[in-house]
Amino acid sequence: MKKILSVLLCVALLASFGLTMSGCQSDSPKNFKVGFIYVGPVGDEGFTYMHDLARQAVEKELGITTYYVESVPEGAECATQIENLVKKGCKLIFTTSYGFMDYTVEMAEKYPDVNFMHFSGYKTAANLGTYMGRMYQARYLAGIAAGKATKTNKIGYTAAMPIPETVRGIDAFTLGVRSVNPEATVNVVWTNTWVDAAIEKQGTESLLAAGCDVVAQHQDSAAGVIAAEAAGAYSTGYHSSMIAKAPKGYLTSPIWNFTDYYRTVIKDAMEGKFSNERVWYGLDNGLVLLDQFGPSVTDETKTLISEKEALIKSGDWDVFTGPIKDQDGNVKIAEGQKMTDDEMENMMWFVEGVVGSVEAK
Amino acid sequence: MDLSMITGLMTAMVAAGTPYLLASLGEIVTEKGGILNLGVEGMMLVGAVAGYITAVKSNSLLLAILVGVLAGGLMAAIHAFLCITLKANQVVSGLALTIFGTGLSAFLGKDVVGVVTDTLFHNAPIPGLRSIPVVGEALFNQTPLVYVAILMVPVLWFVLSKTSLGMKIRSAGENPAATDAAGVNVFAVQYGCTIFGGMMAGLAGVFLTLAYNNTWMENISAGQGWIAVALVIFARWNPWKALLGSYLFGLVAILGLRLQAVGISIPTQLFNMLPYLLTLAVMIFGTGKVGGKRSDGAPASLSVPYDREAR
Repeated sequence: MKKILSVLLCVALLASFGLTMSGCQSDSPKNFKVGFIYVGPVGDEGFTYMHDLARQAVEKELGITTYYVESVPEGAECATQIENLVKKGCKLIFTTSYGFMDYTVEMAEKYPDVNFMHFSGYKTAANLGTYMGRMYQARYLAGIAAGKATKTNKIGYTAAMPIPETVRGIDAFTLGVRSVNPEATVNVVWTNTWVDAAIEKQGTESLLAAGCDVVAQHQDSAAGVIAAEAAGAYSTGYHSSMIAKAPKGYLTSPIWNFTDYYRTVIKDAMEGKFSNERVWYGLDNGLVLLDQFGPSVTDETKTLISEKEALIKSGDWDVFTGPIKDQDGNVKIAEGQKMTDDEMENMMWFVEGVVGSVEAK
Repeated sequence: MDLSMITGLMTAMVAAGTPYLLASLGEIVTEKGGILNLGVEGMMLVGAVAGYITAVKSNSLLLAILVGVLAGGLMAAIHAFLCITLKANQVVSGLALTIFGTGLSAFLGKDVVGVVTDTLFHNAPIPGLRSIPVVGEALFNQTPLVYVAILMVPVLWFVLSKTSLGMKIRSAGENPAATDAAGVNVFAVQYGCTIFGGMMAGLAGVFLTLAYNNTWMENISAGQGWIAVALVIFARWNPWKALLGSYLFGLVAILGLRLQAVGISIPTQLFNMLPYLLTLAVMIFGTGKVGGKRSDGAPASLSVPYDREAR
C-alpha cells in the first residue's frame, strides 16, 4: 500500500513539475504573475476587500495571473509569504499594510529582479516603491455632509488609535464640518481597536447618548453605521460603501478605489517601466473618493461638496491650508500657508472644534 | 449625569452583558459536570455564523436560533468526544476548538459578508415591568434573548442545586468514580453538560449576529468567549453571581467609551483589562473554606478525565 502511494505521489510531483514548465513557454499576459499580501481577510467588507476588488478587476481586464494571501500577520510570516509568491513566479508584489514594511524591504533586497510596492510606508529601494492615499481629502468632503446634517451641532467620531493617520483624518473631517457649520463640534472616542463589532457599536452608542446626532468613524467595520441607523441617527462610514447597512441615515463615506492605480503599476511593470516612486494619491487620481450620497443629503450640500472637490482636484487648494487653529485657539498654520506632506505625516494635534485628546487613550 | 443617561447606560450594560451571561451559564453547567471547555469563543462564532446564514436564507428567526444552537452543540460534541471518550487533554482540545471555530466560521460566513437581512430580533418591551424607573427600561425593554438569558439563571440554579439531575451533574464533577459506583452514567451526564454548554455558546453567538450587531463579520465575538470563561471563575460557578458578573463586565466594556463621549478621558486599555483583573482578584481573594479546606469553589474533578479502569 505504501509503495503504491509513494509511486502515485512521485507521478503527481512529476506531473506538476511538467505543468509548471509548460506554463513558462509563451509570452502571453497570463504568465505575468502579480502577488498581493493582505493584512485582513478579503471578506472584511473594508480595507482588504477594496484591494481585492481591484485585484480581481485588473486580473480580468489585463488577463494576467494574480495570487493573494489574506490575513497575514504583521510579523516574520510576511517574509515567508512573500517568498512563496516569488517561488510561484510573481514579478510584482504588493504588500498592503504598514507593518509589512521591513519584511518587504528585506525581500526586495533578496530578490532584486522582483518589483515591490508597499502601502503606507516610507522605505524605498531600486525595486521597491510606496503608495498611499490622501484619505484626508475625502474625509474633508464627508465632513461637509456631516456639518450640514447635524441639528444638535454635536458630531461623534469613533477612531481606532491615536496615530498621525487617524488624527489627520479627524482634523480634516472637522475642518470640513466647520467650513459649513462653525458652531459644530466633533467629539472623539478612541476605541483602541481597528475592528471589533461590539466595541464599535458601543462607542457609537456612547456618542449618540452624549447628544451627537451624526457619527463618523475611522474603524474597519460597518458596526457603527448599523448602530446609528438603529438609533435613527446619521452616519458616515469608511473604506467601502456602507449604504446598504443604513439606507435611511447614511450620508456618505470616504472610500478607496485601487483599480486604476493597480492597472497603471502592473501595466508599467509588464512593459519594464516599473518606477520605485513614492506616490501619495488624492481625489485627483481617484485612489480615494467619496461614496454615493444617502437620501437625506440635499442638493445644496451636494453642490457645496462638488465645489470643494473640484477645488482640491485642481491642486490650487488643499485641506490643511491656513489659517488653522489648534484646540486651544493658537494659530498653527498661518493664513496662506500650506502644510507639507512631511508635516501631515507627523500630525499629532487636533484642530479647533475637536472635543477629545490626542494623548494615548 | 442625569437620570436618562443612567437609564441609557444601564440599558446598554444589560445588552452588552447578555452574550457573556448566555455563554458563561453554559460553561458553568459544563464545568459543574467536570469538563473544562476553553472552546467557548469558537463555539460562539460557529453559532453566530450558522444563525446568521439561516436567517439570511430562510427568513425565519426561530429556525436561525435552532440552527445556531445546534451548531454550538455540535462543536461541543467534538470536545466531548475527544475529552470524555478519548480522554484527551481538555485544555488542548478546548484551545483547538477555539482556533477551529474561528477558522470554520470565517469560511462558512464568506458568502454572507455584507449581506443584509431583516430577520432580526427587535425590542419586545414587557408591559408593566417596563415602567419601573431605570431598571424597567434596562431589563424589560430589550430583545427576547435578553429575557431568555435572565430566565435561565433561576432555572439553572434550581436544576443544579435542587434536583436529582443537578445532584448527578455536581457529583460527576466532584467525584466521578463514586458517582459511577452509585449507578449514574457519568459519561452520559458529562456529554450532556458539555453539549448544553456549546448550545448556550451558540445562542450567545446568535445574539451577537441577530440581536446585537445585526450583521456577520469575521471574528465578530472578538474575545467575548474568553471573557465568559473568565466570568465562570469570577462567579465561582454560581448562576446568580454570573448574572451580576455579566452585567458588571458589560458595564466595564462600555463605561470607558461612555466617559470619553462626554469628554472625560480615561485610558480604554484600563477598561479592557478590568474583566481579567477582577477575575484575578476573585481568584486571589475569593477563595474560601469548603469543608475545612481552602478552595476556589471549582468542581474537584474539573478537567480530570474520568477513567473507569484507573486506580
